[in-house]
Amino acid sequence: MENQARIMDFTEKYGNENLIVVLGGGEAEASGLAAETVSTGDPTFAGPLAGVSLGLKAYHIFELKDMVDASVYDEQISMMEMVLDVDAIVQEIKTYRK
Amino acid sequence: MNFPVIKGAAYGLIQAADMLVHHGTTQTMERTKDAKSEHLKKLPEHLRSFEQAVGYPPNQVYIGNMTPDELINVPRPWYEQPVLGLSRDGKYGEIMPEDEFIGLMKMVDAFELVILEEQFQLGVKEKIVAHPVLGAIKDVVKLDKNPGKAEEIQNLVDNHVAQPMYFEGKLVGCVKRAHEFDEALSNHVMYENLVSKASAAFALQLLLNKTKLKAEEVEYIIECSEEACGDMNQRGGGNFAKSIGEMCGCVNATGSDTRSFCAAPAHALVEAAALAQSGIYKNIVVLAGGASTKLGMNSKNHVEKGMPAFEDMLGAFAIHIGENDGFSPMIRTDGVGRHKIGSGSSPQAVMTAIVADPLDKIGYKILDVDRYAAELQNPEITEPAGAGDVPLANYKMISALGVKRGELAKTDLQKAVDNFGMPGFAPTQGHIPSGVPFVGHALEMILSGKISRTMIIGKGSLFLGRMTNLFDGVSFIIEKNSGTVDTGFNKQEIRVMIAEAMRDFAKTLGEK
Repeated sequence: MENQARIMDFTEKYGNENLIVVLGGGEAEASGLAAETVSTGDPTFAGPLAGVSLGLKAYHIFELKDMVDASVYDEQISMMEMVLDVDAIVQEIKTYRK
Repeated sequence: MNFPVIKGAAYGLIQAADMLVHHGTTQTMERTKDAKSEHLKKLPEHLRSFEQAVGYPPNQVYIGNMTPDELINVPRPWYEQPVLGLSRDGKYGEIMPEDEFIGLMKMVDAFELVILEEQFQLGVKEKIVAHPVLGAIKDVVKLDKNPGKAEEIQNLVDNHVAQPMYFEGKLVGCVKRAHEFDEALSNHVMYENLVSKASAAFALQLLLNKTKLKAEEVEYIIECSEEACGDMNQRGGGNFAKSIGEMCGCVNATGSDTRSFCAAPAHALVEAAALAQSGIYKNIVVLAGGASTKLGMNSKNHVEKGMPAFEDMLGAFAIHIGENDGFSPMIRTDGVGRHKIGSGSSPQAVMTAIVADPLDKIGYKILDVDRYAAELQNPEITEPAGAGDVPLANYKMISALGVKRGELAKTDLQKAVDNFGMPGFAPTQGHIPSGVPFVGHALEMILSGKISRTMIIGKGSLFLGRMTNLFDGVSFIIEKNSGTVDTGFNKQEIRVMIAEAMRDFAKTLGEK
C-alpha cells in the first residue's frame, strides 16, 4: 500500500512518461498483479492506486539482464534465475504493457 | 570439541476456529472497514471442525504421528485426504481443541483478567482435570474460582473493555484490559499475550510429559515468539519465559525473551547451545507459543477459492538443549550461519550467508547435508494466496547455490531438491514454521541412522517493524553424536605438568 503511494508521488514529481517500474517478484501471478496495479490500477481496490490508471510500463529485472552490469547481475540475480519460472513471470508482466 | 546436544522436542497445535473469526487481523480489519462484508459472511461456512483439523495430514506431521516423507506420498489437496485412525495425541505433541485452550488461558492468567461463563468453566474444568498433560498444572484450581455471568461478560465486551472469547459461535468468556489508559495493557494486547503464554505453556508441559526432562531440572528458558509484553513505559520489557516456566513448575529456572521475527527460534537455539556448551546452564528450554493475530491471515483467498479456512491452528513448540551426553544429536556450534548486517539482502546474498558460509567453516559441501529445514510453511495455505511453495523455493535456492559453487550440475538441481527437501507442514504462524518443526523428526531420523545431519534455517523479515530494511537469517547444523564426551581437564595430569614445570624452574635457579 505504501509502495503504491510512493509510486503515485513519483508520477507527480517526475511525470508518468519519465518512469518505468522494475519488478523483482518471484511468481507470475503476483508480478502480474504489480504490473497491472501500476498500469491500469489496483485490481484489488485496496490501495491508493485503486481506480487510478497511471499507464506505467513494468519490466521484470530478468528482462533487463542485458542492461545490467554482468557481475552485479551474477551476484544479485543469477541464482534466482535458475530457481524461478522466468518465462511465466515475463509473459505475465508483458500482458500489461500492451 | 564438546558440542551441545538436543535432548528432546515437543509440539503443540491448538485448533481455534472462533479465534480466527474474532481475533485474526484479516478479519478484525475487515470488520472495522465493513462489518457486513462478503468475506465475513462467507467465512463461517469454511471453518473446520476439530476432527477435521486432527485428520489434516500436515497437522499429524507436526505432532509426529506422520513423517514429512510420508506427507510427500499424500496427494494434494491434503484437506481432502483426512488421515483416519490417528488421534489428537502425537509422538512429539498434541492437538488441542479451542474450549480446552480457553480454559488454559484462564489457568495461565495471573491477574484475573480472564472471565469464563460459569457453565462453560465447569465443563472445561472437567476436561482439563482429566487431561494427562494439562491436569498436572497446579493452576488448574483457578477453574474453580471467579466464574462470570453471561450478561456480565457481554457487557464488558459491548463496552470495549474486554476481548470476547467464543466457542462454537457462543460467547463463553472474555479477557479484560489490564489498565484503563495504557495501550500496552489493553484488552487486545492482553488477549494476544495470554494466547502466546498459554500455548507456550502447553508445549512446555508436553515436553515435560513426553521426554525425560523434569521441570526442576530446567535452568534456563528462552522464549522466542513474536509478541511483546510490558506496560507503556517498557513495551516489550518481557519476561514471557519466566511466566511460562512458572506455570509448569520450573522452579530452578530463570529465562529471557529473544526476538527476531520468524528467525527468533533459530537465534534462541544458538543462544541455548552456547549456554549449554559453556556449562553456564545444563538444561535449557527454547520455546514459543502461537499468534492469534495470524489466524486466517490468508482466509480471503481460501474462501474465494472454495477451500477450508485452514489457518485455524495456533502453533507452539518447546526444545530441550543440554550438555553433551555422548548420545543425543549435536549442534555444530563451530558452523553457525548468520546473515550479517553487511551481507546484502538479495536472495543469493542471504543464502550464501546462512547456508554456504557455515558449511565452508566446517568443510562440508551443500550435498553433505541430508536434509535442509527452512520456512516449513504448509504450501496448501500459501499457494492460494500467491506466496507459492515457500519451502520448495528455499530448496531450489539452496540447490542453485550448489550449482553456482560448482558442487552439483545444473541438470541435477531438481534431483538435489528432491533428496534434501521435504514438504512444508507447519501452520503459517510466523516464527513457528521457521525450521524448528523438523527438529523432532530430525532427532529420530539421526538416532535411527536414517540421516546423519540436517541444517535448521530461520529467516526473518525485519522490515515489518519499520526500523530497518534488513533481512535476517540464522542457521545451524544438527548431526549424529560423535559418541565421545570430552570431560575437560584431567586434574592429575595438570598436577604432574605443574610439578614438572616447577622442577625445571628450580633447576634453572640451581644452575645460577
